[in-house]
Amino acid sequence: MRIAKDLVAASSTPLVLGILAEEESYGYAILKEISERSGGRLEWTEGLLYPLLHRLERTGYIESTWRTPEGGRRRKYYAITDEGRRELAEQRRQWAAVSEALQDIWKATRSATPIAAPVLEG
Amino acid sequence: MTAETELEGQIGEWRGYMLRRKGVDQTDVDELEDHLRGRIADLAETGLREDEAFLIAVKRMGSVDELSREFAREHSDRLWKQLVLTGDPDAPADTAKRRELLIMLGCAALAAVGIKLPLMFGAGFDGDASFYARNAGLFALAPLILYFGLRRGVSPRTTAVLAGLLVLGAVGANVYRLDGDSQSIVLSAIHLPLALWLVVGLAYAGGEWRSGQRRMDFIRFTGEWFIYFVLIAMGGGVLTGFTAGVFTAIGLDPETFISEWLIPCGAVAAVVVAAWLVEAKQSVIENMAPVLTRVFTPLFALTLAAVLVAIAVTTNAIDVERDMLILFDLLLVVVLGLVLYSISARDHAARTGLFDWMQLALVVSALLIDILVLVAITGRITEWGFTPNKSAALGENLILFVNLAWTAWLYVSIIRGRKRFSVLERWQTDYLPVYAAWAWAVVLVFPPLFAFA
Repeated sequence: MRIAKDLVAASSTPLVLGILAEEESYGYAILKEISERSGGRLEWTEGLLYPLLHRLERTGYIESTWRTPEGGRRRKYYAITDEGRRELAEQRRQWAAVSEALQDIWKATRSATPIAAPVLEG
Repeated sequence: MTAETELEGQIGEWRGYMLRRKGVDQTDVDELEDHLRGRIADLAETGLREDEAFLIAVKRMGSVDELSREFAREHSDRLWKQLVLTGDPDAPADTAKRRELLIMLGCAALAAVGIKLPLMFGAGFDGDASFYARNAGLFALAPLILYFGLRRGVSPRTTAVLAGLLVLGAVGANVYRLDGDSQSIVLSAIHLPLALWLVVGLAYAGGEWRSGQRRMDFIRFTGEWFIYFVLIAMGGGVLTGFTAGVFTAIGLDPETFISEWLIPCGAVAAVVVAAWLVEAKQSVIENMAPVLTRVFTPLFALTLAAVLVAIAVTTNAIDVERDMLILFDLLLVVVLGLVLYSISARDHAARTGLFDWMQLALVVSALLIDILVLVAITGRITEWGFTPNKSAALGENLILFVNLAWTAWLYVSIIRGRKRFSVLERWQTDYLPVYAAWAWAVVLVFPPLFAFA
């Protein structure tokens, strides 16, 4: 199943902020995590991830530092800021509202046309 | 070991490829490289060979075009290359950049102080106007020569040559007792900056002044420098206007400050600043001079052709007064400039096309006009004898004429495919010392030759 582009774009910010809210991370690890969390259904491209990270950094939701782990290469780590946490909370509220509304409607629709049920998968 | 170095080589190539993209900068590529390496390591763990893993990792990253487009969308500011004073603190070249900046500021400050220094010995702008006219070239260009001397880290020998030429310029400008309103003093004031500008070229080339490529670089530099200088001068004009207006509004007269400090100090400092800008921008933005050349070559060619047609139809002779001589000299200089800057930006491998024909037409029509002018000047000289002004104008006309005539000849051969384009470039760079010799001759030899007239 492929998730529509609009939906990927809309969910990208809360996903990144959510992952970084757990702990700081770097690009490749974030990408892998998103793939794992979505069971492989959300496959982000680098062209989506890095510009997004840079935008979030510019708006002040996350901050980055270049660090060189021992015996490793220089790597850019991202961490969420307080402002980012506030934004994440706000996005959560909004997504909860959307999701609740959808659940309600799905329920109503299912009772009317049960054929639509497979859409709910995942 | 070999596999590892191979991988490093491939990654290095990939980096170079990414870095050429607009909108992607050094740190982005660092970040993406880390990403690429992460993925290669993961893929290698699943049993792939490193080169296979590299291929797949690059493929997964998606097309470079798409990737850089996404970056450019987020960082649209990067498409407008930013330059001055916004050094990236991560960049390893930052200390070098700061050093350059310091040298520039130092030389600019020195220039500003230098032009006010004679005041300590009682030489004000009003009282000793002719002193400043004679030495303007020195005041403006000595700091620039110093700047390039420091930037290029020139050898002691070159330093000695540069210093010697500066001293020679100072002597040439001041040793002859010329009247403030003599022709020679005006000529000297015009030609000393020209002579010194070519000394700037020596410093610019860092001593490698025999190299044709360094000379071409200096020609490119000259065009860009001129454009930046004009831009700075326009900014300076606005600043001056506001300074004048605002101070007048609060009842203070800023005229002395503006004419004695702001304009002279600003102008000489701008000479250095413009040079620094050209150096710093060199690899950052497209050169402007070739672009202007493209726009104006056809227009100038048309204008000159129209003049020739008009002369042929009306059979009016060219009126060779002094102003006219200067005008025609300038015309040749402009045509030469148009030729030079289109050469400087030309891809040598490119085939000759319409633009080359246009350039040839431009050169030929300039030559035809110049022949008419030369005939007129010679007529006047045989009638009235040599004066410094006429001799200088005649000499310059001849020098430019020879250059353009040979250029036209080479152009014909090139367009017909008999010669390679580099011959023309070679000719122009080889010709530079002729200008230098002439400018020095006018400064040093003309005054005694014409009995300080």
